Amino acid sequence: MIRRVLPHGLGRGLLTRRPGTRRGGFSLDWDGKVSEIKKKIKSILPGTSCDLLPDTSHLPPEHSDVVIVGGGVLGLSVAYWLKKLESRRGGIRVLVVEQDYTYSQASTGLSVGGICQQFSLPENIQLSLFSASFLRNINEYLAVTSAPPLDLRFNPSGYLLLASEKDAAAMESNVKVQKQEGAKVCLMSPDQLRNKFPWINTEGVALASYGMENEGWFDPWCLLQGLRQKVESMGVFFCQGEVTRFVSSSQRMLTTDDEMVILKRIHEVHVKMDHSLEYQPVECAIVINAAGAWSAQIAALAGIGKGPPGTLQGTKLPVEPRKRYVYVWHCPQGPGLETPLVADTSGAYFRREGLGSNYLGGRSPTEEEEPDPANLEVDHDFFQEKVWPHLALRVPAFETLKVQTAWAGYYDYNTFDQNGVVGPHPLVVNMYFATGFSGHGLQQAPGVGRAVAEMILEGSFQTIDLSPFLFNRFYLGEKTQENNIM
Amino acid sequence: MWDLVLGDRRINSLRLVAPMWNGTRGIHRLGGAVVPEGNQKKERTILQFLTNHFYDVEALRGYLLQREMSKVHMKNRSFTWLEEQHGPYSAGAFFILKQGGAVKFRDKEWIRPDKYGHFSPEFWNFREVPIEAVDASDCEINYEGLDNLLLLKELQSLSLQRCPHVDDWCLSRLYPLADSLQELSLAGCPHVSERGLACLHHLQNLRRLDISDLPAVSNPGLTQILVEEMLPNCKVVGVDWAEGLKLGPEEQPQDTASPVLA
Repeated sequence: MIRRVLPHGLGRGLLTRRPGTRRGGFSLDWDGKVSEIKKKIKSILPGTSCDLLPDTSHLPPEHSDVVIVGGGVLGLSVAYWLKKLESRRGGIRVLVVEQDYTYSQASTGLSVGGICQQFSLPENIQLSLFSASFLRNINEYLAVTSAPPLDLRFNPSGYLLLASEKDAAAMESNVKVQKQEGAKVCLMSPDQLRNKFPWINTEGVALASYGMENEGWFDPWCLLQGLRQKVESMGVFFCQGEVTRFVSSSQRMLTTDDEMVILKRIHEVHVKMDHSLEYQPVECAIVINAAGAWSAQIAALAGIGKGPPGTLQGTKLPVEPRKRYVYVWHCPQGPGLETPLVADTSGAYFRREGLGSNYLGGRSPTEEEEPDPANLEVDHDFFQEKVWPHLALRVPAFETLKVQTAWAGYYDYNTFDQNGVVGPHPLVVNMYFATGFSGHGLQQAPGVGRAVAEMILEGSFQTIDLSPFLFNRFYLGEKTQENNIM
Repeated sequence: MWDLVLGDRRINSLRLVAPMWNGTRGIHRLGGAVVPEGNQKKERTILQFLTNHFYDVEALRGYLLQREMSKVHMKNRSFTWLEEQHGPYSAGAFFILKQGGAVKFRDKEWIRPDKYGHFSPEFWNFREVPIEAVDASDCEINYEGLDNLLLLKELQSLSLQRCPHVDDWCLSRLYPLADSLQELSLAGCPHVSERGLACLHHLQNLRRLDISDLPAVSNPGLTQILVEEMLPNCKVVGVDWAEGLKLGPEEQPQDTASPVLA
């Protein structure tokens, strides 16, 4: 009864919202009515069509305070923290531009989904610890009324990193740093390893580090979807399109040493629609480059790297896409339910997937074996020759495995030091980076998003100091090397 | 458009999650009386409709949700001052008794709060007496609250039956009790899944584990077998996995009404 009565009062009440903007609700189909009326008028009046009210719903807005290029987990994380930390509700207009809504090539969806704190840099450990607490309390951070709570499917099984003789000393000092920062990691000898995990062959292993808490793997799609839902409910605009041009203005300024620098400021972002020449210039104040594997192209559009090599103008953003394969196999006699994500001395890694004796894993190729990142085709010979022998050596049960499926994804690989680039560019004053994480972007996304939002809103990093990740280091040549990359 | 683009995997996971969310009914009446199915559905759609169309209803619901969450947080704060003053065992006991659970000190009787939540203050004198068993059934313990439980280094038996906020993350925190814990019961916890059960392998001294009636476990029979393999010295009580075995084709009961298919 009530449901039939209410629709008449809808649209006339003082307190109602415009219907049709809410998903999953009652809709008057206003757009449909308008197009019907236009069709009727066209059929009555002769002559050319009069497009007084062209439909621009697919275009982005004409003005936006912040434009985030890239709608993956990093871009959405920055959008979320910007809206969460703004001092007035509705104070900042944020637009997220994503070129592919299916996320078919985006690194987030294709990722293995692991999170671990076993890094050598304290900043990385802090970021990962914060991300673990974010994921643990995800239903408080990303709560949307009237949406069901998120189920991240987190497996708290931990990471097990194995080290040979020559890496044992480095692993010990890394574990010391990790323990200092608050990560729960313990060292294990080969004997203890054999006791705990009888399916391991400890030949060539001198030391192992095992994460006991806050480490494991989860479903990255769920995180992406949760962020997307929450960020939409907070009022962020989304647009599917490609950024083709930045319109900027330059200013010459003198430094304190009387050197001339040219500072650039981006005023407009041209967003081109899919399969058409139509584009929309979006006036903006700040641009965030969170384009992952395609960040270098966006940086080049802004003029970063156009100058004589060796100068600050000539320093390009050293992030390029690198293809990585992930293989899924079935092995009925394989390791049991307690298997952590095991990373071998050779760089091969694997983890359990589900209850049915399925495992997934892969290996980072060496520099000479790097596959061509032009497409996401899988090379199955790589598994046969470069991954399987190492797996079978480490876990003898894997000698009889059967590959079920495989896929490939991109790392936004930082060729300089394999760590992320965060913060503003020194010359293009209003472009901020949040990219280049070379395989651990997903696990550091919440922390990095918060850091970039703090940088924009407060002017400096407030909670975790990510100054070692600024762009300047590429020009100054100071590497913030991370030793534990998979 | 976003929904159209999602693959089957995501839609399936939404379906898995949606039935467990009971809207405000779940928040206000955790573990309370069950409302009949028909009324539930009607309540839910009216509330949903109102939330989608009125800012006020949405804000009110958001406020109520935040209030419930902060209540749970308050209950689970760390009693570090108490620990310094009276020792870890008394602080841990106070925490459990305040939540509504029961504790048993070594060589003493069970201490339980009565129906008004009052309990006898005799345990403040037991500074050196370790706690052997904790019954935290139906308590609102969450990840932070476990800080207080993990102080009890000689704990032998822990019962977390039907705790609404105990999930996989909490289970990954239980490893410090590995030396002493012999009995653990997780029956009826709505958020514990097989992924959390995988990190119980640290508890090598466990002799009895109860994993019956876990709604979030996708495959109870298979999970039971895998957990039994993982903890060989432990008696795992849960699903009788032989129940899940399907009858073979020659044993199918003959249905005389339907035509016989080749």
